[in-house]
Amino acid sequence: MTIWIEIDLCDGCRRCLRVCPYDALEIQDGKARVLDRCTSCGACLEVCRNDAISSDAEEREIPDFSDHRDVWVFAEQRDGRLNPVSLELLGKARELAADLGEKVAAVLLGHGVAGIAETLIDHGADTVYLAEDPTLERFRTTAYARVMADLIRDRKPGILLLGASHIGRDLAPRLARRVGAGLTADCTDLSIDPDERILLQTRPAFGGNVMATIANRYSRPQMATVRPGVMEMNPMPGHGGEVVRESVSLREEDIRTRVLEVVREKKERQDITRAKVIVAGGRGVGGSEGFTLLRELAEVMGGEVAGTRIAAEEGWIPAENQVGQTGKTVRPEIYIACGISGAIQHRAGMMNARYIIAVNTDPRAPIFQVADWSIVGDLHEVVPEMTRQLRREADKTTSEEG
Amino acid sequence: MNIVVLIKQVPNTTEVKLDPKTGNLIREGLESIINPDDRHALETAMGLRETLGGRVTVLSMGPPQAIDALSEALGMGADRAVLLSDRAFAGADTWATSFTLGKAIEKIADFDLILCGRQAIDGDTAQIGPQVAEFLDLPQVTYVSRVEEAADDRITVRRRLEDGYERIACRLPALLTVIGEINRPRYPDVGRLIAACREKAPIQIWNAADIGVQTREVGLSGSLTHVIKTFAPKFQRQGERLEGDTETVVRELIARLKKSDGATACKAFDSACSL
Repeated sequence: MTIWIEIDLCDGCRRCLRVCPYDALEIQDGKARVLDRCTSCGACLEVCRNDAISSDAEEREIPDFSDHRDVWVFAEQRDGRLNPVSLELLGKARELAADLGEKVAAVLLGHGVAGIAETLIDHGADTVYLAEDPTLERFRTTAYARVMADLIRDRKPGILLLGASHIGRDLAPRLARRVGAGLTADCTDLSIDPDERILLQTRPAFGGNVMATIANRYSRPQMATVRPGVMEMNPMPGHGGEVVRESVSLREEDIRTRVLEVVREKKERQDITRAKVIVAGGRGVGGSEGFTLLRELAEVMGGEVAGTRIAAEEGWIPAENQVGQTGKTVRPEIYIACGISGAIQHRAGMMNARYIIAVNTDPRAPIFQVADWSIVGDLHEVVPEMTRQLRREADKTTSEEG
Repeated sequence: MNIVVLIKQVPNTTEVKLDPKTGNLIREGLESIINPDDRHALETAMGLRETLGGRVTVLSMGPPQAIDALSEALGMGADRAVLLSDRAFAGADTWATSFTLGKAIEKIADFDLILCGRQAIDGDTAQIGPQVAEFLDLPQVTYVSRVEEAADDRITVRRRLEDGYERIACRLPALLTVIGEINRPRYPDVGRLIAACREKAPIQIWNAADIGVQTREVGLSGSLTHVIKTFAPKFQRQGERLEGDTETVVRELIARLKKSDGATACKAFDSACSL
């Protein structure tokens, strides 16, 4: 698909340049020009007020989706335990449904999990669609995708949200493909466009420093995944709702995967997505010994240690403590980034922390763009000094109490 | 066991630097690399071929320069490569991309296993693997951290969970997406790399007509999601740079922390701290 500028209509206003995520437009002799780098993402097409940007994509008719309504949330459970992200999504679903004048439903699959329905209703679900069967006891892609797809075809939701957990990121794309729905992953914001009454899905995108707002005009349901910790729960104790039992017709022999064993690995530390203080390290920490300094600081502050993709790959931190686009999203009160350059993928995972402190020897490190307080210095000196001074504070406080 | 490995050429977005004059990220001149997760997928394929024999075909959808990624894959030991390249494919979301890749794999036909990396460092959606698997009606296992056993008709793998892992038996043909912990990818062999750049290298380039698709089914026209707006992220903050020797900057930092709302989160300022 090609994009080009109608020179006669262009007035060189530069709007298209500003929205292009790839720097693929430039001004030459007062007119915009599309460069080779263009990926045909189409972001510029909507923004030109002179209709000077054209593409050879065919005009597409927007289908009538008036028979699709309501906001659904996939309620993720494992061994009868609900993933909190589902409750966070119910909180958001209520806002979206309110804007649309529609209802919220949760979809719960499993075996012997009916007890969870009440929690879902108490967090905003007006209806819980419950599908139980022995074949659904453990999550398996094709089994869950088939049941969900049948439900979607029968009941025609307008929007479907799933948590971007290991299960969610496995199920959502499979299901989207199966029902022919557009899917946007890892959304950081969701809202309803007041004119078109469609879901606007915002996420960091294109490996560059832009946020993209994405719409799904041509298919239903509008599907999106959201990371744990991004949305907020909205408990509604005493909220009434109904449970609708759905029949399941799956045959074990049709499902081509089997879970042989589930191995839980002992977690020594608290889940970093719930920590209020995080001390994180990147390439600059240099090794596991360096991380000892970070651990001491974290301990004095009552926080947790985390790190970048490099730190996890090198084994300096366990994989589940990795923050970033291929790791976890965290929203602590205080985030201290030590020896972290601040690549976009890492920033995407911590940019909503309340206060960000960055320590790095390179004054040009991108992390300083998002820090509230910046220290250009060696973390191997700064971090122990912080621990020292904070210990003095803590000692002072306890001696004042005594 | 015949294996198809899906790879993507991506800009090395982890090496971005700040322009000292404007304070903006410099996006040009970024090196193009094989997506890191995909190298692990390639290495997994090499390992399986060593024990079970068969042929490894590497497939990528991209602009003409993506051929460099395929040459590198041949250098790592793949038997042949296919580049799907056509202006019509541009602007595709994962729906259109998985359709295009799916049609190409149907044309390649003879395969027992498809391997992909979990996600690409530029798109970060992790959607291609599962969507291709659904298109081809294959069972899938994602987040594969280890292959325990492999035979002609089934494969047993470990799938990473947030708090541990599952052991899963899967019938073949199937699609697996792998994560970095599965192996250490080998470096390409120089001799193979040179051969890969020669005219007789086993690289084919296919366009839309070659895989029998219409322009409206692929690329931006065939996509179900569209970017309607982009904007600078609001996460730029008015940072304060603290100056001085180590003791001084730390003192300044702690003073500011004590004055801020975040101080209550910090154990060291607990209880009797005067705020």
